[in-house]
Order: sequence, then C-alpha cells, then structure tokens
Amino acid sequence: MWNKPATDTQVTHLQRLWLYILCTLVLLFLVMPTLLVIPMSFSDSRYLSFPPESWSLRWYRAYFSSAEWLQATAVSFKVAFLTMILATTTGTLASYGLHTTRARLGKYMMVLLTMPMIIPVILLAVGIFLTFAPVGLNSTIGGLVLAHTVLAIPLVMITVTAGLKNFDINQEMVARSMGASRPWAFLTVTLPQIRNSVLSGALLAFIISLDEVVIALLIAGGDKATLTRRMFLALRDEIDPTIAAISTLLIVFSIVMLALSQFLQSKK
Amino acid sequence: MHDVNKSTGPVSTGPDVASGRGRALPISVKSLTKTYGAFNALNNVSIDIRSGEFMTLLGPSGSGKTTLLMVLAGFVRPDSGSVLFGDDEVLLLPPHKRDIGMVFQNYALFPHMTVAENLAYPLKLRSIGKSERQDRVNRALDLVQLGGLGDRGIDALSGGQRQRVALARAVIFEPRILLMDEPLSALDKNLREQMQFEVRALHDRLGITTVYVTHDQREALTMSDRIAVINDGQIQQVDPPQRLYERPKTFFVASFIGETYRLPVDVTNGTASLFGQPIKTGGPLESTALQQALILRPEMLQIADGGPGPDENQMTGTLRQTVFQGDSIVSYISIHGDHEIAVRSQHRSNQTLPVPGSQVRLSWLIQDTVILPEDDQT
Repeated sequence: MWNKPATDTQVTHLQRLWLYILCTLVLLFLVMPTLLVIPMSFSDSRYLSFPPESWSLRWYRAYFSSAEWLQATAVSFKVAFLTMILATTTGTLASYGLHTTRARLGKYMMVLLTMPMIIPVILLAVGIFLTFAPVGLNSTIGGLVLAHTVLAIPLVMITVTAGLKNFDINQEMVARSMGASRPWAFLTVTLPQIRNSVLSGALLAFIISLDEVVIALLIAGGDKATLTRRMFLALRDEIDPTIAAISTLLIVFSIVMLALSQFLQSKK
Repeated sequence: MHDVNKSTGPVSTGPDVASGRGRALPISVKSLTKTYGAFNALNNVSIDIRSGEFMTLLGPSGSGKTTLLMVLAGFVRPDSGSVLFGDDEVLLLPPHKRDIGMVFQNYALFPHMTVAENLAYPLKLRSIGKSERQDRVNRALDLVQLGGLGDRGIDALSGGQRQRVALARAVIFEPRILLMDEPLSALDKNLREQMQFEVRALHDRLGITTVYVTHDQREALTMSDRIAVINDGQIQQVDPPQRLYERPKTFFVASFIGETYRLPVDVTNGTASLFGQPIKTGGPLESTALQQALILRPEMLQIADGGPGPDENQMTGTLRQTVFQGDSIVSYISIHGDHEIAVRSQHRSNQTLPVPGSQVRLSWLIQDTVILPEDDQT
C-alpha cells in the first residue's frame, strides 16, 4: 500500500510524500501564530514569553477581576450583537432584492455593497471617522454598530445569496398567487428555506464585529472602547499576559461560532 | 401581521372543492405589449378566453407564451394593454389579489411543509378554520387520488404525486382562474399522457377557466378546447384543435403543428397551379408578394390507382423509398425533381407495395387543400 500501486496508473503514497509534508507545513504555518497564544496565557511570568517557565491561571484571574476589561468586553459583545441584527436584516433584504430584481442596476449594487470587503479597512476607518465627526457618532455604541455593519453586510450577502441560489423562486410566486402578499410569502416560504444561510451570515457578522480592531481604534474611545481596541493599546503600552488569556478565550469563542456557521451551511 | 383577508378581495369560503362551477370567469386580453430592451416578448396581443374554457397557449420557447401567462398572473407588468377578468381590469392588481391558481413546471411545492400543510397554505391565508381546513384538504387529496398521503413530506412523493399535489393546491381555494406553465414537461412520457387526461378531467369537474402553456403540440391537441398558437410575441391563430390542424391560417401554424410538407405553387387570378398543373381549391386565393405553398400532411395523401375523383386533386411523383412502420407505411416520393414529400397509408396485410423508382399518382381532397404564403422567417 505504501509503495505498491494498486493499479498501473495509481500514484503511491510514497511518491506523494512530499505533498503531505508540504501540506502539513502550510497548515502549521497557518495555525501556529494562533496556537502560540494559548500556552502563553497559562504562563506564570509577568511578561509575554514563550515557552512559559511555569504555569498558572493568574492572567485569567486578572482579566475576570478587572472592571476595565470586563466593561470593554461588554461593549464588544453589545456592539457585535447589534451589528449582527442590523447587518443580517439589511444584508438579507439586499440579497433578496438583488436576487429577484431584473434591473441592470442590480449588478452594480452588488459590487457597491460588497465593496467594504475590498477597500483597505484603514481607509474605511478614516472615512467613517470623518463622516461621524460632524454628527457626533464617534465614541458611541451606535456609531460602532453602523461602522461594523458596513463591514458585515458583504459577508451576510455572500452567504444569503448562496442560499437563495438553491431556492426555487417559483415557490414564492405560487404562494403569492394563492393570496400571500409578497412580504408574507417571503416570511413563510422563502425565509424558512434559506434560514441556515441567514443564520450562518449572522454568526459571521457577529464574529467580524467582535474581532474588528482598526475601525474601533479610530472611532471607539473612552468607556465605549471595545475589547480588541483595549487589547491593542495594552499590547503597545504594557506587555501583559492578560492579553494572551483574553485572546485564548476569543479564539475558543470564534472557533465555536465559525464551526456553528459551517455546520449550518453544510446542512443545506 | 398579514392582512390577507382584507386584501384578497371576494374570496369564497364555500365548503366544496368540486363546486367551482359558475365561479369561472372569462378573460379578455387586449393589445398587450411587453418589451425587454429591444426584444418584443409580447407584440400587441389580444385574445378572449371564455368562461370555463381550457385554453392552451402553444408556441416554441421564447415565443412569449410564458410572458403572457405571467401577465395574467400579475408577475409581469406589460408596457401597455388591458387584461379583464370578467368585467374587472386586473392589470394593476398584484398577484395575491387576483384570485388565481397556478401550477409550475417544477411543481414549486413547499419542501419545508407536509403535503397537507402545502394544501392548507392558501386556506390559512383566507382564515378558514382548522376543522374546515382539514376537511377541504382531505377532499382535495381525494380529488387527485392522494387520499391518506397528507402527512407525507414532499421528498417522499414521486413526480406524478408531486404534480397532483401542485394541482390540488392550485384549486383548493376555488380560484376563478387556473394558470399552468408547462406543468407536465418534467414527467416521463407515459405518466405525462396519463396526467393530460387527469388535468383535463379535473378541469371538466371544476369548470374553471384554465390557461395552459406548453410547447408540446400533441399535448395541446389532446387537452384543449381551443389553442392559441404564439410565435415571436404574436398570436398566430386561435382555434379548436381540429380546425387548427386542418385549417392553419399561417405558415407557422401549419409547420408547427403536425408533420407538414410544402410544395411551391403559383397563384394567378385566384387559382393555383402546381408545377404548371392547376389545382382545385375551396375558394379563390389571394395573390401575395410572397411565394405561396401547398401544405400537405402525409396522412391526407393517398396513392391512387386511377385518375382524380370529382372532389380530389392529383399529382404524380417518383417513389423513392417505402418504410414499414407497423401500423402504417410511409412512402417518400419526389415530386418534380427535388421536392420530397411523404405519404402515410394504413397497413393492410395483403397489400403490395409499389416498387421504388416507379411513377405513382397521389390524390388528396379539395377540402384538405391548404395554400398559404410562406413566411420569410421559416
């Protein structure tokens, strides 16, 4: 099996060994930086160091006993939740509209709405800061939610549009012919069938907001600082292993959410 | 949340699915035009569909037949024209206020609901109480011979069963008009032919005005009271199947329905001549700038023993080949050099077939003589 082809044309595992090694290296390269943080978070040292000399949970205790960190966490989760709601609603409606429209404008609308994915976030952040300044939206939860929604809508649209491609729009037409108004037909016939795409889009929106740091650095100050912003500043000012503990928690949380999203998408 | 009750207009909540008779409405379509960019999907289309009639819109793909159906359903708004259901102009009404039943080619059943839930959907929209709903669902299931399958999921149904559920769902709320868009084309041949009779029987039982779209001429001929042949966004002819077959009004209709062969004829002073030989027609012909053609169908021609009878036309040709097809024999005959036509004759066991290469006389009835100007498009 190892070096003996079953058929004349089969490539043996030995001949493919280099490919396996290469793939392993690539995968390691991808996850190593993330995984390094985890042992560091259990270190007993006062400084971020790898590998840790002794183990403790002190940095987890430090995190859970700090009012500042906990407040930032609350802000982050609040913003992420509101962003999820707003981005999922608008993104789903936009996908639906663009999916069903025959207007030629639709193609350009799709490009316009997914643009934030392509534009460097720093440019977006500067633009948002300048737009928000005159209307006083900087350093507010509302401002953060709006800014993060801009980032999250493309992700929602991509997953929902994919879901709509597998949906037979004739079903909605039949529902309408039977007496359902269009919104009601959407809610009772279309939405239940693209539900998993919508949910996985919502999870992605949540994660995007939770992980976002560049925009938060520019527009989220004072007691409206997000977790990621505070982490970034902490990293600059004081090399404190608390960050490693928080990162580990965030990694676990994000992985669970992503896995959930993948699971939902694979179900239909 | 949804105020369908307010918005669906006069919706009967009568108890009997099979009592649609008398509720059927005539449809009157006037001067409909719809363009998509430079493409004329509907070009000044007018058609009157009688109350309770089974009208088939027949045409090739892209002819505009589905666009016309979608205008009737309210999903496509035409650029101009008028659509009357009974005396009511419905052009500005959204689909859910038109009180129509629809059946699509791919059934469009709701896969997240059971069979019974699918059927109950339009009843719930009309706020029909649970017990009556169940009653009507059961009766509708019986109507399409699916009694007892209400709890099934859609995935557990065969193609034919799905089609029946789609049909039942389209009529369970007693709509005034039933619209069908190639509903049988996804079924295999045997099932399709069986369903043709079932759909027609259901129509007869309910007496509902039905508009049926298909590209299958045999299906149209089998099922319809009248057929509207559509091509290039225009209605070519509206007639009962037999008349459409025997008296096509345009060259397109003649060539789209049934097997046709054509031979060029010259028309002068109202009479036609075929390769110099005059042929008798039912009446005087009009001269046109276009080349005119004699339209012949294989089963209308006969290989004759003697000269023409008083009610017959005749021509001669050279037999090229005969093909035995079991119930019939098809002879391919060349006329005046390179024009080939086919003659279909009944098979009889003691028959002797003419030898290929021999001269044969072909006769056909004057009443079957159709001469039409050739379209430049065909």
